[in-house]
Parts: sequence; C-alpha cells; structure tokens
Amino acid sequence: MTRTLTALSARRRHPLAVVVLIALALVLVGGLYAAVAPRPAEASTATADADDLQAGKELFLANCATCHGLDAQGGEIVDGSGAGPSLIGVGAASVDFQVGTGRMPLQMSSAQAPEVPKIRFSQEQIDQMAAYIASLAPGPAIPGEDVLDMSDVTAQDVSRGAQIFRTNCAMCHNFAGKGGALTGGKYAPDLTGVEGKYIYEAMVTGPQSMPVFPNSTISPEDKTAIIAWLTQEEEFRPEPGGLPLGSLGPVSEGLLAWIAGIGLLVGCSVWLGMKSS
Amino acid sequence: MSEIERADEAHGQGSTALAKSGSGVPERFENPGLPPHRHRMGDVDPQAAKRAERQVAFMLLLSVLGSIGIIVSIIGIEYNGGWDRISTSTRAIGLCMFVSLFMLGVGAVHWAKTLMPDDERIDYRHRQRGTTAEREQAVAILKEGSAEAGLGRRPLIRNTLIGALALFPLPAVFFFRDTGPLPGNSLSVTMWEEGTYLVKDPTGGRIRAADLTYGTVVHVMPEGIDELEEPLNEKAKSAVLLMRLDEDLLTPKSAEWGVDGTVAYSKICTHMGCPVALYEQQTHHLLCPCHQSTFDVTQDCKVIFGPANRPLPQLPIRVDAEGYLQASSGFHEAVGPSFWERG
Repeated sequence: MTRTLTALSARRRHPLAVVVLIALALVLVGGLYAAVAPRPAEASTATADADDLQAGKELFLANCATCHGLDAQGGEIVDGSGAGPSLIGVGAASVDFQVGTGRMPLQMSSAQAPEVPKIRFSQEQIDQMAAYIASLAPGPAIPGEDVLDMSDVTAQDVSRGAQIFRTNCAMCHNFAGKGGALTGGKYAPDLTGVEGKYIYEAMVTGPQSMPVFPNSTISPEDKTAIIAWLTQEEEFRPEPGGLPLGSLGPVSEGLLAWIAGIGLLVGCSVWLGMKSS
Repeated sequence: MSEIERADEAHGQGSTALAKSGSGVPERFENPGLPPHRHRMGDVDPQAAKRAERQVAFMLLLSVLGSIGIIVSIIGIEYNGGWDRISTSTRAIGLCMFVSLFMLGVGAVHWAKTLMPDDERIDYRHRQRGTTAEREQAVAILKEGSAEAGLGRRPLIRNTLIGALALFPLPAVFFFRDTGPLPGNSLSVTMWEEGTYLVKDPTGGRIRAADLTYGTVVHVMPEGIDELEEPLNEKAKSAVLLMRLDEDLLTPKSAEWGVDGTVAYSKICTHMGCPVALYEQQTHHLLCPCHQSTFDVTQDCKVIFGPANRPLPQLPIRVDAEGYLQASSGFHEAVGPSFWERG
C-alpha cells in the first residue's frame, strides 16, 4: 500500500491510479455495508431480549400472519386464501426447522411444503421469529451444540442409531434414509445431506405428516446416535453390493431389470432370429 | 427311401399356374415352396469366412479373459476390513462373470450363424400308426403277459397287491405330522395380557403416559419379550404402535381403551402381516408400506383404502399408580392376517 501511495505521489497520473481508486472505493462501500447491514447471528442460542422479540414479531406480522393469524392463533380461510395452523406452543425448534429449510413461508398450497434451497431469511431473522413464537407458549427449543456434537460418537453409538432408525424412521424414510412416498402426494423427504440440527428439530416437533418423537421416548443421546448414523453414513455404510441405484429398493432395481435386463434379452432374441449376411 | 432330402430341390417349386374359378379367385393355392437359398458372405468368400472365424475366436478369447478376471478379482481384491473393498470386489466379480458367460454365448451363436452350414432341409413327417402286423404283435404280447401273470386266476395276490399299494403312501401323513409342532393357539394369542408394561422398541424402558405430546408415535413391545426363548416369533405378533392424538377425534370405544387420547394398535397389517407404521400425524392415517392398505385411527383403525379387510386390533391400555402405561388386557382378537381357523 505504501509503495502504491509513494508511486502515486511521485507520478501524479500513474495509469494504475484509476484501478486503485476503484478498488479503494469498493473496499469503502463494502466496509460500510458490512458495518450497517444486519450481522449474521453469532450468538443464536443467547436469550432473546426485548428488541429481538419485537423484531421477531414484526417479521412474523410481515411474513407469516397472513396464514397463521395476527396472534399466531391459526388462520381462517378467507376469500380462498389458505389457513395456517396455530403456532402457539410449536416452539422455537419448529420455526427454525420450517423457515431454516425453506419450507416456510409456503410457496404455494400443495400436498406438502417442499424443502427449498433458497432461504429468504438470515439466521438472525429466523432466530428472532423463533424467539417470538417461543415467547407465546413453551415448546421444543432449538437444540444446543452438546447434542449436535458428533466428535465423541463411537461406532457403537452409530450402530445403536441405525437400530433405532430402522424401527422408528425407516418405514417412511427408507432403510437408507433416501425418503419414500406417503398418501395423496405427500412424501417423506430424502435425509441425505440434511443438517443434523434440522433432523433433530424434525424429530422433536413432528413437522407436517411426521409424528413427534419427543425426548421422553427417544432420548437426546439416541437422537444424536441417529443423526450420527445418518450424517456419517458414507463412512460407515457404503454400498457392499456395488450398484446401489439410489438405495430405493425394488423401484429402481425393478426399473433396471425391466429396461436393461429385458432389453438385453430382447436384443439377443432379435439377433438370434436375424439372418446372417 | 431317406425321408430327409436336400431342400435345394424344393427351392422354386411353387407353381405359377393357378386353377382359376369363374370369379377370378383361385380355388386352392399351390404350395409356394421355399424361397431361393441366399448364400452368406462366408459361404462364397474365403476372406469373409476367415474374418468370421477370427471374430468368433476373439469373442471366445474375451470369455477366457472374463473367466481369468473372476479368479483375479477373488484373489486380487483382498478384504482389508473396509466396505470399499467389498464394493469393488462385488463389482469386479459381477462384471467378469458377465463377460465370461455372455461372450461364450455370443461367440457360439456367431459361429453358428456365420460359419456352420445353413441350408434348409426338409424332414417329412411319417405316419404315427404302426403297420397292422406290428399292432397285432403288441396286442399278443400284452395278452400273453397278462395270462402269464395270472392275476385273473389268483385273486388273493391281486387283492393283497391292491392293499399294499393303497397303504404305501399312508406313512407320509405321519412324516409330515412330525415336521413341526402344530401351531395350537399361538396364532390367536400374543404375549400381551393384563398388566404387561409397554416398553419402547428397540431401546426398552417403560413409557410414562404424561410424557407423550400430541402427534407422538412410539413403537412398542411387551416388557420382557427379549427374555423369551423365541423373541422374534413373538415380536412378529406383539408389535404395537402407540399414538397420542386429540381424544375428541377418537371413537368412544377407541378412547375408552386408551389413556387421554393415547391409543395402542397392533402394528401387524391384517392383510399380509407387514408392519403398519407409516403414521401421518395430520390426517391420522396409518399406511402399510407393502400394499398401501390405509387405516384411519380416528375411525378405530377402519380400512379406508387397500387390500386389507379387517381393522387393526386395538390393545386396551391403562396407567399404573406411577403413571406408566400397561395393557389392561390382551388383544381381544387375533392380530395379523387371516388364517384358516380365524375365519
């Protein structure tokens, strides 16, 4: 920098001066923006203060109240607009899950809210809304770091997690966690690549069609074990069969057998019946 | 006269002269015969024959390589304790097996199609009926044999023979009887009885009724099932799904058999015995993953869709003095699919 500055003073109109000026201007604008713009949440689990509650309520009124009612008491169907369920007592975990995975705000009325990759709120805004909803009535809280810490998970824990998963989750989410169909267009989503926090929150809140698995029936340690099995799956359970075909079971295997297998047989039969040139 | 003749003479035998009737449509069609034989490239060009020979040899050689590949994959890819090696080994063995067998077949077919003689031959049918002399001889042999056996003259032997043959299959009934114990009433009853505690599956531990929030599902087994001699047989019958929903949604009978909206239903589908465990918390429907039978918990698990034809049996539950859930009686009917005695 000093060298650039001396160069500038030595030759007043150095050809690189414009470039340097633009760069400086960009740094200035960026710095100003960073100072003024909302900061990403650093202390998301900190107790919410009155400002956060107020901000959360404003965000709620602007984005959620149309369906969920002005006091989060649940909406009524007016002029064909959809009714949302009451949010009193759903807890902070529910808000963090629904908004953090992009399921809410609902894009359109359909069988179920899909996971959306583009999240329209910062984590701080989500936390403010969560704090507001949690202030209405007690409900499941956003899980802390202790239950999401996978560093001291043992192979035994992973095995136990897999066992609990097979009994409690696999009937909907598939034995490999790849998801599956429910009735009327609803489905259990694919769990690959889902953050541990959201898996935990889904278990304690029971979003949409999913039932609730509270900590009294599946303990936090067992939930950690399930998440460990789901998120460390690649390391502990790759495909011994060599060709998993998405681990969807008879659907993809049948498709391959019918199209490729029978296709090969048909091709061979046609070739057998052809006259040789 | 040989009944097989070279078809070359038959080629082009079709007659062009058709017996015409007045209307212009022939009265009968003449046998058009075989189309003229077309020679293959290999039949006329020694170069092409040589080329086909090399192709067949190449395919068979691929098969040889595939077979060697199977051996190499089995010996060469050693198991090092990691799953990735098993995956690689499975893939390599499978691929080599395919090449080995498929190229053997393809080579054989290509050989037959390109190099082996392909002229058509005619194999005329002969009469099925033997000559009169042959038929008379056969009848004579039968009559002679019957006379020599003397069954007609010796009724004692005939009757004991019939008796011996009739009784011969009878021991099989007793063999089958010994293949296993009769099921008895094991299909009709489960381990559940009055006072059996509900425990979580698979982690164990009794369930406190007050711990269950609305929308909660718990997969449940009877307490002490793992100490049984055959726990898996019992688990296949005794699995229960515990759900908590708003008590007002339940039928009166269903609510009475539950505790504050917590109800326990058999998890064994009444169609084919799959575990019915896909509980949709919002619609209160239970879905069987095997054949999509759907049960409505708010209508006492009545079948609302699919091939099952009986509702899921409900397990009556109550709480003990400390608030833990236990069965207030066993199932009132047999769980799972229909069987002969159940009707």
